[in-house]
Amino acid sequence: MERSQPRRQVAAMKQSLFDQGLLDEQFIQLEELSDDANPNFVEEIVTLYYRDSSRLISSIEQALKERHPLDFNKLDTLMHQFKGSSSSIGAKKVKAECTLFREYCRTGNAEGCMKSFQQLKKEYASLRKKLEAYFQLARQTGPMDSACRPK
Amino acid sequence: MGLAAEAQFHVLAVDDSLIDRILIERLLKTSSFHVTAVDSGSKALKFLGLVEEEQRNEEPSFVSQKSHNQDIDVNLIITDYCMPEMTGYDLLRKIKESKSLKDIPVVIMSSENVPSRINRCLEEGAEEFFLKPVQQSDVNKLRPHLLKSKVKEVGEEDQVINLSRNDIKEILA
Repeated sequence: MERSQPRRQVAAMKQSLFDQGLLDEQFIQLEELSDDANPNFVEEIVTLYYRDSSRLISSIEQALKERHPLDFNKLDTLMHQFKGSSSSIGAKKVKAECTLFREYCRTGNAEGCMKSFQQLKKEYASLRKKLEAYFQLARQTGPMDSACRPK
Repeated sequence: MGLAAEAQFHVLAVDDSLIDRILIERLLKTSSFHVTAVDSGSKALKFLGLVEEEQRNEEPSFVSQKSHNQDIDVNLIITDYCMPEMTGYDLLRKIKESKSLKDIPVVIMSSENVPSRINRCLEEGAEEFFLKPVQQSDVNKLRPHLLKSKVKEVGEEDQVINLSRNDIKEILA
């Protein structure tokens, strides 16, 4: 049985996430923090990110509903936090949507905020699915051979 | 050779973001630092054994320290800038104003690249300013600051931290 085949699949899947602009260099940095004692560090921190940021998403959602008028400062503060976490796990596209949202906050554009938030949620959910699939495949394949990674 | 000293560097990390706390802790542990991570400036000050001067009826230069502070040996503080209630800058100032803590090197982290903010922190005595997300290459810059403060501490501490050849000779004598 071809042992390298699943490994190639995992590598290809990861490459695809980068090619689609969903992940950036920070994700590689996270992978380099995995070791024998913490082999699943990336999956753990990503899982925690989705758990932790869900309450931020809810808060932003709630704040967007209170439109008399919108509290742009509050929205910007919440989004600043969300952007920070997203940046820390290498979620490139999600981070870009956060930046866009904050621009709309800065210019007091309520419509812009609503639209960009909808887009953000889509990207956020889509990335989650893709990463879940990636981690599942990676776990089945076993620990990544660090020698295969370009230095 | 200093191997024992390396394992003893204790870094206090301060960040209100859970994800960033986990990340900085992992980065620091990878570099063999002992890490304590807290989520606010006030918790950091509490950990450092610093009681607010306003609560005391003493002269301004006096800082109260809890007796257990003898066991807390923090060699470096790394803190996020944007935190609710007490910013990293406020924390930096309090540390620099404290007789007992002012020599502990402080590093500030921020997701925002604001030159005036960076300058303000450096002028207030921060050793470094890291842009987030913090990377291994940033953490690698910490060791010189830690070694520098160790050299200062020898002779001032009641605990033996960094044994020089002379210290060892003395102990064995």
